[in-house]
Amino acid sequence: MLQALKLEPEKCTGCLQCEMACSYENEGVFNPAKSRIKVFAFHDEGRFAPYTCTQCDQAWCMHACPVEAIVVNAATGAKEVLESVCVGCKVCTIACPFGTVNYSHDSGKVIKCDLCGGDPWCAKACPTGAITYVASDDTGLERMRAWAQQGLPSAASFAAPTEKAVQTYNRAS
Amino acid sequence: MAWANKVLRVNLSDGTVTDEPLNMDWARQYLGQRGLASKYLVEEIDPKCDPLGPENKLIMTTGPLTGTMASTGGRYSVVCKSPLTGAIACSNSGGYIGAELKNAGWDMVIFEGKSPRPVYLYIENDHAELLDAAAIWGKSAWETDKILHRTHQDPQLRIACVGRSAEAGCFYAGVINDLHRAAGRSGVGTVMAAKNLKALACRGTRGVGNIKDPLRFLQATEEGKRVLRENAVTGQGLPQYGTQVLMNVINEAGAMPTRNMRETQFEGAHSISGEAMHEPRKSDGRPNLTANAACFACTIACGRISTVDKEHYTIQNKPQYWGNSGGLEYEAAWALGSDTGVDDLDALTYANFVCNEDGFDPISFGATVAAAMELYDLGLITQAQTDGIEFKFGSAEALTQAAELVAKGEGFGKDLGLGSKRLCEKYGRPELSMTVKGQEFPAYDPRGIQGMGLAYATANRGACHLRGYTVASEILGIPEKTDPLSTEGKPELVKAFQDATAAFDSSGLCLFTSFAWTLDDVAPQLDAACEGEWSAEKLLEVGERVWNLERQFNLTAGLTSKDDTLPKRLLEEGANVGPAQGKVNELGKMLPHYYEVRGWDSDGVPTSETRQRLGLA
Ligand code: SF4
Ligand code: SF4
Ligand code: SF4
Repeated sequence: MLQALKLEPEKCTGCLQCEMACSYENEGVFNPAKSRIKVFAFHDEGRFAPYTCTQCDQAWCMHACPVEAIVVNAATGAKEVLESVCVGCKVCTIACPFGTVNYSHDSGKVIKCDLCGGDPWCAKACPTGAITYVASDDTGLERMRAWAQQGLPSAASFAAPTEKAVQTYNRAS
Repeated sequence: MAWANKVLRVNLSDGTVTDEPLNMDWARQYLGQRGLASKYLVEEIDPKCDPLGPENKLIMTTGPLTGTMASTGGRYSVVCKSPLTGAIACSNSGGYIGAELKNAGWDMVIFEGKSPRPVYLYIENDHAELLDAAAIWGKSAWETDKILHRTHQDPQLRIACVGRSAEAGCFYAGVINDLHRAAGRSGVGTVMAAKNLKALACRGTRGVGNIKDPLRFLQATEEGKRVLRENAVTGQGLPQYGTQVLMNVINEAGAMPTRNMRETQFEGAHSISGEAMHEPRKSDGRPNLTANAACFACTIACGRISTVDKEHYTIQNKPQYWGNSGGLEYEAAWALGSDTGVDDLDALTYANFVCNEDGFDPISFGATVAAAMELYDLGLITQAQTDGIEFKFGSAEALTQAAELVAKGEGFGKDLGLGSKRLCEKYGRPELSMTVKGQEFPAYDPRGIQGMGLAYATANRGACHLRGYTVASEILGIPEKTDPLSTEGKPELVKAFQDATAAFDSSGLCLFTSFAWTLDDVAPQLDAACEGEWSAEKLLEVGERVWNLERQFNLTAGLTSKDDTLPKRLLEEGANVGPAQGKVNELGKMLPHYYEVRGWDSDGVPTSETRQRLGLA
């Protein structure tokens, strides 16, 4: 079963442990500026939001690359950059609608999330559970559940059935 | 290594910036941050100098673990001679600026002299330059932040700056970073403004990479995080309620300084507590608290993000305060609330916003307002002085108007900006000032927590809870419970806390980790990261060395053992209610023995053996 990073911004505290884990794993340095995952701060709203590559099925970056430097890792589903092939043309950084492929001045190549080969450091480092690595079909489940609940009576109203609910139930059975 | 091994020296008088290697001999003795910057200060300035003159220096400093993955490894400190106390000042802050400075490749920045006109320092990795601050001088810290982000077109720029209160000479102005984090105490912002230095704007993309033993470091920091996670205070209490977890606890212990410390319990404590911040308010059904926020690298996240009720009188028609910002910490809630007798959570949150917006210490501010309220109560201050404000205990309006006046340094705000000691002297009742060495008390009445009396009296920066927090032991039972009403064993306890704290403050870590960590938890992290060998024993020795170094600075500056004391009220008037009812602080029983335990003579001067033992001779 393929797994994916599940991001839950409402849990994020902005500690940047994920950015440091990512930069350390990939570059051997604690450096948020070199992280593949970014945490955005929305000061007025009092919110933080971690954000990284979603590993699109039909990856825009991969299709845009003129030298086929971005390939799929069959085991993880990650779209990985082959450094030796990448020519640093940056077309992929434009193609990605989410801005998750970035150019690195140091190497002259692009960098993006590769799911750490199936053992994502950011998820391990996140102290709040805002980043987890779960079965890829599950990433939207919570959100679906939340939306679905908005159209339903609240849990409290189930606890104490209304007169009408009791009548409806009795009629039906 | 972990140190960046590079110091930026900024001569404001000449407008020059130069870099130099970090003094590694000193780093081995003083570690970093508080300890190491204090060593630089002691070596470079005359302790007798005018704190607001060009001879004083201001050092912004990181620790070796700042910018790493160690939990809470994002701290920085501002060190200088304090205008509030005349003693050495070291104010510590979290947020992101410390890590940014380290990521840019610097351990510390030393500002010397005074600029002929307002400037700010811009750092982008190796590049550093002084730029004209005409566009931000006279602006609040929040506006300054906005303007600098716009000017440099860089949303990732991190900023530390002073607000208008500092420019106006408020004695307890701090340095605000990342909008609502502060090197808050002892007037370090006042010193910065006196140098015509408005801000540090920093962008670092080099990172921290020179870890001595990376694998061991990752293991040690991971183990440290586990300890924090599994501890009741750092794993549950602080994340859930922030530092405000203490409000009800301390009130019940009868150690809640109330109405300028006339009383020791506050009847309105619950309305301004961490629990109250979670309760939905009437107007919009939302609680005061929006979210928890962490400083850089922190896995505790005690920070609070809050809103003021839009219908509250303080912010009607003021949309700039409608959004979220840094919410109440326990110290701010206490000083703005119980010490002034105000129990209006929104008024406190607003006053706290204003403290952040214009960069002044809510503890000193709240305590100064409280002193002014007592003077008003006694008829020594009247509406003629207060710009017509009825300055009564319990008046939220008086509190919030006072905050606005101090922010701009206008009218009665000028008097309030003097701090409690100078204010009470001005109005002829110095004994009503609840201060030690001129710095206002934090939120623990030492009549109900005896050890804290000794900790306050001897703290090197004046009354302070962050120099030896024996509350941990006396109230919370960390690492073991001692009787808060007894003086037994307190000199030893105070010394142990003071020394350990100085070591934490020199590492780049947050002191709040010490609810769960001892130096045994810190040592493996430092040892894996830093050159040399770092054991808990060695760290404790560093702490003791730092303490004595600061003490020597103060003695040379002209302070004496007479300054190791408490206001008469706490030594002579018994607590009015609660478990400590009728008790005073028995400082006299503890102080002489404390000097002995420290290896100081009966005048509180480190003996030559002590100095030699610590390498201070
Ligand atoms: S999975 Fe790995 S590469 Fe991707 S964002 Fe997380 S740490 Fe970075
Ligand atoms: S580690 Fe988790 S909580 Fe911290 S910033 Fe990243 S996503 Fe947010
Ligand atoms: S414990 Fe609180 S103050 Fe300390 S680093 Fe974490 S969020 Fe910041």
